[in-house]
Amino acid sequence: MTPNLHLWLIPLLPLAGAAINGLFGRRFSRRAVSSIALGFCGAAFAMALWVVAQFSALSLPYSEYFAPWIRAGSFQADFAFYLDQLSLVMLLVVTGVGFLIHIYSVGYMWEEGGFYRFFSYLNLFMFFMLTLVLANNYLLMFIGWEGVGLASYLLIGFWFTKDSAAAAGKKAFIVNRIGDFGFLIALFLLIKHFGSLNFVQVFHRIAPLRPETTGAGLLTAIGLLLMVGAAGKSAQIPLYVWLPDAMEGPTPVSALIHAATMVTAGVYMVARSHVILDRAPMALMVVAIIGTLTALFAATIGVAQTDIKKVLAYSTISQLGYMFMACGVAAYSAGIFHLMTHAFFKGLLFLAAGSVIHAVGGEQDMRKMGGLRTKIPWTFWTMTAATFAIAGFWPFAGFFSKDEILWQASRVSFVYWGIGVFTAFLTSFYMFRLWFLTFFGEYRGEAKAAHGGGEHQAGIHESPKLMLAPLVILAVLSVCGGWVGSVRFERFLTPVLQAGSGASVSNVSTNALASANERKDEVSSETLLTAVALGAAALGLYLAFLMYYQRPQLPDQIAASLGGFYDAVVHKYYVDDLYATLFVKPLLDASTRILWQGIDRDVIDAAVDNGADGAREISDSVRHMQSGNLRSYAGWIAAGAAGVIAYMVWMGTR
Amino acid sequence: MSALNSVILTLVTFIPLAGSLLLLLLPRRDRDIRWFALVVTLLAFVLSLHLPVHLQRDQPGFQYEVNLPWISSPNIHYHMGVDGISTWLVVLTTFLTPLCVLISWKSIHERVKEFFILLLILETALIGVFVSLDLFLFYFFWEATLIPMALLIGMYGHGRKVYAAIKFFLYTMIASMFMLAAILWLYAKTGSFDFVSIQAAIHNGQVEHFANAATWLFLGFFIAFAVKVPLFPFHTWLPDAHVEAPTAGSVLLAGVLLKMGTYGMLRFNLGLFPEQSRANAWWVMILALIGIIYGALVALVQPNLKKLIAYSSISHLGFVVLGLFSFTQAGLDGATFVMLAHGVSTGALFMLAGILYERRHTYEISEFGGLATPMPVYATFFLFITLASLGLPLLNGFIGEFLVLSGAFRDRAIYGVLGATGVIWSACYLLWMYQRVFFGKVTRETNQSLPDLDMRECVVLWPAALAALIMGVAPLIWLNAFDPAAQAILAPFTQLASKVVAK
Repeated sequence: MTPNLHLWLIPLLPLAGAAINGLFGRRFSRRAVSSIALGFCGAAFAMALWVVAQFSALSLPYSEYFAPWIRAGSFQADFAFYLDQLSLVMLLVVTGVGFLIHIYSVGYMWEEGGFYRFFSYLNLFMFFMLTLVLANNYLLMFIGWEGVGLASYLLIGFWFTKDSAAAAGKKAFIVNRIGDFGFLIALFLLIKHFGSLNFVQVFHRIAPLRPETTGAGLLTAIGLLLMVGAAGKSAQIPLYVWLPDAMEGPTPVSALIHAATMVTAGVYMVARSHVILDRAPMALMVVAIIGTLTALFAATIGVAQTDIKKVLAYSTISQLGYMFMACGVAAYSAGIFHLMTHAFFKGLLFLAAGSVIHAVGGEQDMRKMGGLRTKIPWTFWTMTAATFAIAGFWPFAGFFSKDEILWQASRVSFVYWGIGVFTAFLTSFYMFRLWFLTFFGEYRGEAKAAHGGGEHQAGIHESPKLMLAPLVILAVLSVCGGWVGSVRFERFLTPVLQAGSGASVSNVSTNALASANERKDEVSSETLLTAVALGAAALGLYLAFLMYYQRPQLPDQIAASLGGFYDAVVHKYYVDDLYATLFVKPLLDASTRILWQGIDRDVIDAAVDNGADGAREISDSVRHMQSGNLRSYAGWIAAGAAGVIAYMVWMGTR
Repeated sequence: MSALNSVILTLVTFIPLAGSLLLLLLPRRDRDIRWFALVVTLLAFVLSLHLPVHLQRDQPGFQYEVNLPWISSPNIHYHMGVDGISTWLVVLTTFLTPLCVLISWKSIHERVKEFFILLLILETALIGVFVSLDLFLFYFFWEATLIPMALLIGMYGHGRKVYAAIKFFLYTMIASMFMLAAILWLYAKTGSFDFVSIQAAIHNGQVEHFANAATWLFLGFFIAFAVKVPLFPFHTWLPDAHVEAPTAGSVLLAGVLLKMGTYGMLRFNLGLFPEQSRANAWWVMILALIGIIYGALVALVQPNLKKLIAYSSISHLGFVVLGLFSFTQAGLDGATFVMLAHGVSTGALFMLAGILYERRHTYEISEFGGLATPMPVYATFFLFITLASLGLPLLNGFIGEFLVLSGAFRDRAIYGVLGATGVIWSACYLLWMYQRVFFGKVTRETNQSLPDLDMRECVVLWPAALAALIMGVAPLIWLNAFDPAAQAILAPFTQLASKVVAK
């Protein structure tokens, strides 16, 4: 007997919090606002834990029908929820990390205006994110999908009087919409050919289909279009440009939305759609290539950034690239595993960075930090754990998930593996660069503190306990979060990721099925690959140590010797400028000059006005016929008679 | 209830007109006149709710019918009736009109009496269009909307109001002549103006020379409707009319009047000429797609808030036409849904623009900036409606657009794909506009002290915002009513399709 879980409560609780704070929060005290926000978010987390406790008693997948939503002809989409191992992992990550970040935010935002607004948006985000994760059909997922985009828009632009923040929010929404366009077309294809958007029904109908090896088929098209959507939401090439700008938002937002949860929605969606992608090897390959390239590309940009949050933003893009690389080689569980560990350590990195920024009075430029190790020890130690985790050192969480991805990638192509390892080296380098610049050496903030003097430095303070508690918890998770091990994690997700794979199907199932046997033979090669990856991470650490601790003059020399290439990297390869000149400006110019002032005014409206003027002029001349002059009337009569006679004569001669 | 059923359409249609006649008698005390107009329009609204509440979902054909001989020669009947689609268009009209009265409460302070008389006459004419089943009656109401609307623009507008009023009047009037010719042709051949009997006669092949004339008849109706929608390239009257019109005029113009065009296509083009509709669908859909993209791109670069909204209407109405001519269930349901959703959200956008105009007497976007600081409540309402308009799921814009696009996609994939670019454009022009008006620092001194919404303005905006939310969360209330009506309209098309297959 399956118990009734009332899953619908999980998203609706934060929505209630958002509504209460949003409508009435202005009159509440800060304490009341934060209690409401934390209460409803915590309740959702508690329910998620309760679901875990019930989980073994469930017959999976568990679904829960709430109400019908849209119906037109034979098409129907419902408010209905769906729980399996995959959504359970996501549910825990979202509510758990989300709750921790809610707690942190209370401390971080305490001094800010619009406190109620912030927490209303944050709760609203939780509602949409949980809807996305728990949906039982693509359309409900799309509600969450667009909804988290809205929350992201609102929170990036939270300090809306700042022009850059407002612009960044808009950019995020519009770039996401470009991805959503692809997602929508994929949905239309599904509706047209499978008549439904319900996961169970769609996958059931797709399961008997054979893989499309030619690379030009329906499933390939759907898979590619879904990837367009995922590339928008998860900031992959070519739609990644919004995420670095999104750092304009308050730092807890960057941690929650732009690192731990929302940006991973694309990975979740791709993993959820594995039944489709398994049968579209071409699409899968594109996913892998995009992921691999993005991982490398973003990491190289991260190396040259000086804004602490921007480094982390590019790092996030790069790590998401790893997840797509995993999905692209059909190692979905490895991707989801990395999604989980990444949520821990990247969430932590952002929160710790927020704590650093908090400590130095809002400064984000790492060149003006340094030596903070002793002044903010809690932040330092927690961030150290996260740095080692993301760099992939054993036994930190990131090691296990990254190692699994690289291993799975190597089984498909050593090109993926090679780029992956090089990216791991870069990751380690830029993260330790950040670590050394921020926490070691001398404090370099004096230059700025001209008006404030030493008082500014003396003002460097550790964050309140309310902010440190989440840091510590996440630090523990960043260390231990991977110990569950990729094999056990994969086994847990197997019922989802094997579903509908059928015996006939591509390399995935063979991959996963055979993996148990092959593993033993391949242990030695796996160990070797792991050693190489660890070596790459160590090399990155050493290089960062050399350049940013031992010989701080070195980076400038290297930068100078690289010349143009370094400039290109600092300017993020000029991609933003390229998009602006290639798309934005021509579009605005053409719309103004050709469409509006050209066609609308000078062609259509001119024709209408000329038509009216012409009619008036003709009438004006015709008016002169009625002159009141008898002789002219006689003339008209004669002319008319002549015309009639001529006509009759002409008719007669025919 | 049955007693009410037979007179309900007459009541709903003519209560506003009766109200306007009574207004004539009322002394010129502006306060009383406003309250009286509000009460009349609210009464019409409450009564009109009878229609959807007691609509029989499973009963085919028109309901609440009344069919009385009016003039014996020519054979004109007072024939009214509604189906699930027109029912809701009537309710949309009666829903928006009280809001129009409220939004004009202060902004109209000269010739108040005439203003509300015109508004009430306009309401009657608009409702009449949606309930008429006699072509002559339909044409009568159709043209009757022109006069009060042109007068509202010409008398109470601003700027080049007379130019705009005349342009509006002539543009749509000339186009309607073609429809009149088509109606007269049909009368000459069938001896009837009755929609139902003409439809049956055409269907059974009892109309002489129909095959030769059908395309011209289709075009005659179509051109009148296309101008009203407005479909590219007949749209240039709309931005001018909107910019110069008073707020209430804009709300009814965008909210209801444009839907006369799309409703006409649905009822008459699709209803009377299914074969011709199918044959001509390809270019109609291309025009609709041009409208969607073109309207959005031109909206993007408008420096004037009201013009921006006007061009966005052209884009949204393109979705309606696209859905109608996809001849799919989803397309038709979605098109009807967009009509309602656009009425609510664009109506609300015009009201919001009007509220700003009352404070600053300009629509130029560059005059604003940073308004979220002095007017937070206003900014919140504006954002909510903006989100509804750009099709955020769970708000009303999404449902219709999604259904339309899925229908168009089913018909021909490329139509769905091109139409779906609309979701990108709408985000671009709306969010950019929002950013320029509300975000950043307050750049102009006068904007520093703008008052936020007062009680009356909140009362105007709350119903629209709630409607946008309810339509997005529980669209089935509406879709359940549309579905059978759309099915009935599509029946000849499915027969056609099966004929083609049989061949």
